[in-house]
Amino acid sequence: MRSGIRTLLMLLWGAALLIGGYALVLRLTQGHRPAAYGSYVVWGLGVAQYIYFAGLSAGAFILSILHYGFGWKRLEGAARPALLVACVGLIAGLLSIWLDLGHMGRAFLVLIRPNFSSMMTWMIWLYTAYAIVLAAMTYLAWKGDRRVKTLALVGLPLVVGFSGGAGALFATVTARPVWNSGLYPVLFLLGALLSASGLLLGLLAFQERQTSATTESIATLSKLAIGLLAADLVLEWAEYSVALWNGSAEAAALSQTLSGPYWWVFWIIHILLGAAVPIALLLFAPRSKPAAGISGFLVAATYLAVRLNIVIPGQITPELQGLERSFTGNRLSFTYSPAAFEWGIFLFAVAVAVGLLWAGYRYLLVSPATRKEGKAV
Amino acid sequence: MENRRDRFSEERRDLLGKALTVTLAGLAAGTLAIGNDRVEAAEEAAAGEKSLVPIPDVPVPVAGESQIIRMMQDLRRALGKPIEQRRWGMVIDLRKCVGCQACTIACIAENKLPPGVVYRPVITEEKGQFPHVSKSFLPRPCMQCEEPPCVDVCPVGATAKRPDGIVAIDYEACIGCRYCITACPYGARTFDFGEFYDEGGEVAAYEQVASHEYGKRWSREGDGSPIGNARKCTFCLHRLEQGDLPTCVVSCQGRATFFGDLNDPESLVHELAGKANATRLKESAGTKPVVYYLQ
Repeated sequence: MRSGIRTLLMLLWGAALLIGGYALVLRLTQGHRPAAYGSYVVWGLGVAQYIYFAGLSAGAFILSILHYGFGWKRLEGAARPALLVACVGLIAGLLSIWLDLGHMGRAFLVLIRPNFSSMMTWMIWLYTAYAIVLAAMTYLAWKGDRRVKTLALVGLPLVVGFSGGAGALFATVTARPVWNSGLYPVLFLLGALLSASGLLLGLLAFQERQTSATTESIATLSKLAIGLLAADLVLEWAEYSVALWNGSAEAAALSQTLSGPYWWVFWIIHILLGAAVPIALLLFAPRSKPAAGISGFLVAATYLAVRLNIVIPGQITPELQGLERSFTGNRLSFTYSPAAFEWGIFLFAVAVAVGLLWAGYRYLLVSPATRKEGKAV
Repeated sequence: MENRRDRFSEERRDLLGKALTVTLAGLAAGTLAIGNDRVEAAEEAAAGEKSLVPIPDVPVPVAGESQIIRMMQDLRRALGKPIEQRRWGMVIDLRKCVGCQACTIACIAENKLPPGVVYRPVITEEKGQFPHVSKSFLPRPCMQCEEPPCVDVCPVGATAKRPDGIVAIDYEACIGCRYCITACPYGARTFDFGEFYDEGGEVAAYEQVASHEYGKRWSREGDGSPIGNARKCTFCLHRLEQGDLPTCVVSCQGRATFFGDLNDPESLVHELAGKANATRLKESAGTKPVVYYLQ
């Protein structure tokens, strides 16, 4: 990487960490007060970023299983980076949701007094079990231990359950017609795979050390990304068209997503930058690594918009007509736009994730010989 | 004639004056007594400890007397039963509700609710077109559902249904994930952000007064509960256990809100909930609320 670009990236990372660090101080000293969500739209950017990072982690883990568990040689070049992304995504996801709790000090209660009629409990327990398997699998993969295959096959149902479970956490809320859809667990699983494929594509395409295994993995991930993007769009079409056709309970909220004040989040960020441009680049420049890398990063980065468009529209319709006017106040509103503080917390999680990814690449993915030569993988 | 009228006026003024003095003195003494009672109970109760006082005697109702007295008697009878045999319920007569929002304000005062937290808003609906227009009002407390979706979704079981039917939150166990708020089909739960009405400088004294929800003393200090928790209407459980009716019932200007034990066939709410015009909100949600509306 050119030193100029490296310096610029370092500066950006430092700025993100600084701004994010300030937001973290605000969170620890002022609690939830600087946030823009309220008593009606209670889940904001923090929850969206949690499912975003958790999805990246789960998707990357499944991709690594394709190699370690099912012997896909074509993904050999992506297998170790995928495990690294899975670990980093898991940490960033946990950090995001922990900071979103009203009582961070009581998070451990989920483990000592669980209520298994709650999908959130299942998700957290599966998340914990997944974290243990991921840590063990990463250790075995790095040691080159053959038992990694068994562990990968054990981890597969766990990660599918965890990822689909995150979708079920929303889907089982019957009070929110937008979320109450059987498509959600599938969409979450697909979204996890898609966003992780994108991130890995970006990382592999722009890493300095390119081998034949890397090239083969980039080609495979490119095809996977196109297929997953198409499947994701088909599922979204199914969800939106069915709801809007008969004007069902969720139609108003979904119409807001398409043509409300934040229409650009759906059309510009998700559809144009997150789907149309990457598909065009991958189809028309199939052998170009920069094109693959840009496509991948675009898919991965813009997927946050998809996550936001899941979390927020489900909460913008009053449960009872007129509730929005009955007793008013700053926190009693059905509109929401993340506060600068919330973007700060997001930047903090991103900075931590990028820092961990960099450290992982530098110290885990580089062989001692290459490190001596001062090269990153 | 003139003198007789003057003397009569004087006597009447004197009598009225005395009656007023006696009434005011009685009211003041009563208020002080109630106030002292509450203050003593509050003083005795440290955080997390029970702050209940003995149930006071209630006048025996007679035919045609105030429904409040009847409901207090119903309440007293219910409190004499084991808790699992009670089933608290509320009936709101929408034809009598005048939309004054006194219940909303009384609830805020009783439970010391901060900004962003509301237990009993009154939803106003306008119908028709000029000149044929009308307004209707719908007070919305917690429905204390028999099948509460908020209980199922709580990952730590901090929300639970009590044997008497009230859905309660264990403030010391709530992790503040807000899943229960998303799960309520009535929007009956809100989140305590730790805000105060006086955000400028010092927090005003009235905002530092502790609430006695769930029969315990809760001061909103630092980041301790109930700050960072989901909060909801409890049918004024702390008042019930002292033999008092919920504050929304006694503050209702139109006498539109009724409360009592739905398991007691002699209670007023049992009688009203059985009327042909009694309905419940969102029956299709399958949550089985114990709040009934008379249309």
